[in-house]
Amino acid sequence: MRPRSGAVLALTLLAGLAATGFARAEEATAQNCEVPGYLLSTEGTLPKVAEAVKNARPLTVLVIGSRSSTILSSEASAYPAKLQAALKEKLPSIPVNLSVELQNGKTAEEVDANLIKLVETKSPTLVIWQTGTVDAMRSVDPDDFRGAVDNGIAALQNAGTDVILVNLQYSPRTETMISAPPYLDNMRVVAQQHGVPLFDRFAIMRHWNDAGDFDLFSTFHGTDMAKRVHACLGRALSKFVLDAARLDQAQQN
Amino acid sequence: MSSIADPVAGTPLSDAKVDAKAAAAAAPAIALPVAGERELRLDLFRGMALWLIFIDHLPTNILTWFTIRNYGFSDATEIFIFISGYTAAFVYGRAMLEAGFVVATARIMRRVWQIYVAHVFLFTIFLAEISYVATRFENPLYSEEMGIMDFLKQPDVTIIQALLLRFRPVNMDVLPLYIVLMLFLPVILWLLKWRADIGLALSVLLYALTWQFDWYLTAYPSGFWIFNPFAWQLLFVFGAWCALGGAARMSRILSSPVTMWICIVYLSFAFFVTLTWHIPQLSFLMPKRLEQWMYPITKTDLDVLRFAHFLALAALTVRFLPRDWPGLKSRWLRPLILCGQHSLEIFCLGVFLAFAGHFVLAEVGGGALMHALISLAGILIMWGVAWVISWYKHSADKGASKTKKPVINADLAGGSV
Repeated sequence: MRPRSGAVLALTLLAGLAATGFARAEEATAQNCEVPGYLLSTEGTLPKVAEAVKNARPLTVLVIGSRSSTILSSEASAYPAKLQAALKEKLPSIPVNLSVELQNGKTAEEVDANLIKLVETKSPTLVIWQTGTVDAMRSVDPDDFRGAVDNGIAALQNAGTDVILVNLQYSPRTETMISAPPYLDNMRVVAQQHGVPLFDRFAIMRHWNDAGDFDLFSTFHGTDMAKRVHACLGRALSKFVLDAARLDQAQQN
Repeated sequence: MSSIADPVAGTPLSDAKVDAKAAAAAAPAIALPVAGERELRLDLFRGMALWLIFIDHLPTNILTWFTIRNYGFSDATEIFIFISGYTAAFVYGRAMLEAGFVVATARIMRRVWQIYVAHVFLFTIFLAEISYVATRFENPLYSEEMGIMDFLKQPDVTIIQALLLRFRPVNMDVLPLYIVLMLFLPVILWLLKWRADIGLALSVLLYALTWQFDWYLTAYPSGFWIFNPFAWQLLFVFGAWCALGGAARMSRILSSPVTMWICIVYLSFAFFVTLTWHIPQLSFLMPKRLEQWMYPITKTDLDVLRFAHFLALAALTVRFLPRDWPGLKSRWLRPLILCGQHSLEIFCLGVFLAFAGHFVLAEVGGGALMHALISLAGILIMWGVAWVISWYKHSADKGASKTKKPVINADLAGGSV
């Protein structure tokens, strides 16, 4: 039905040539989903993560997110699990613990109320906070949203953890219904103000869609594509974590 | 006929001052447009704004790089609202002088009704589209985002809220803003007629108070109006103020080289800042302090930086594009001007085509080429329809309306969007 399969094939072949060095990835070997360097570069830092790795202490990661941080009924294939696997692979010398706290249907402000409790029970080194989707869907006032993210990050930093923000998914099908830009912009601003790395999930997924790696317009009903996207996201996020902690050269051979 | 740049246009710099003085002296307090003569630059830029809004409503593609929002702070919406204020004041200001407040108000209300009906029509099409998408699209990757369709479960509430202009899908925010602005046009015109500068000052005051006290209109199911009418009225009133003689009085400022250089410097600055958005590698060049002071540049409340950017663009445009520029009559600009002359119809068509474009991309196929083709096809359709509408006006309807007294056509100077 889609006339672009030829183009996709050509791209895949080309990309396959380019990506031979990338091929040691787990199950997503066939999937090409390179992320250009600028989408993974950040000025933010992760001092706690860097310290833990350097002192060979266990790395505890807590993912707080909404439903787009999981795949229904196949959680093990969602990006948090993939992130954990990739981190384990890249940091073989230390244990990597990861837990996920889903806050379905909650705005940033509503999540704020639970943040401290979550952090106290898990005492993570790093909190990965995926937010913005629910706020965009409910069209919360962007100023209120910014304030909520701002408060949340401040609370997390006070509690002594590193923070990474993860923004919305690129969702072309719902573009006519959900207005993402104000929330993307505000997350960028807050991240910058706090020196917190922002994992630009939106731009990365849009890049994959534009490059033909994934057809995110697809109406395909199975979970196959979701799994492949999440595998790629997890891998990119692991690279992002190590880059932001400036561990790249030191740890990865 | 007064226009933004009458005295400025085509005047050599050296005697611009004298000329401006003469023009200012000659200009009556409220300039009456000469009937039948159109300011083609307004049509041209409104047509351009319509095309740009259409392209901006589609997913990003090659043509998106031609839209002005990539090169500065303001975008097509500013052009559009300003020109709408200008032309509305033009048409209905004359009606108010000739026929009085009540008649002018009555005509404005008829226009408001037309825009409202257009909005509801678009909403119906939107409902049809997303109901279709909602029932067919179940990609588990987006199970969260599809929750947005939940409002379909209670159409009783949703549709009533839509009729009250409180429930607006994405990309359907301009018409409600326009309806509200037009609703207050009689008051605006009356104020501007009474004391133009006080009218403008009140508008600035309302803008400032809106920023100070964070006034906004709520929307359904939650949130607020994407274009805050309390803030955006400033552009509309400013447009009306210009049309009613303000532009002529500003001509000395507009023709001064100092203004020109300030505009050029500011536009370059804005261009550089936008460049750092598109090429993140450059962002290290931006001082942190400046970023913290400047961001976010909100569209909802018409950030001062956006407004200033529009003013700078407009000032340079009227300076370098004279009203009698022969290019305005060229056939190459004809499509733009035609679209600008039928702005309400073409605006609605643009919103519809953007929905349709999304739909085609989703159902038939994506890819850069397809994106670009859809944008191009959309623009051609807009041109074609504008041509048909003008054919109806000038040929098909002519015989029928010969005997009637010609009514003031809101589209003539486009009381329309």
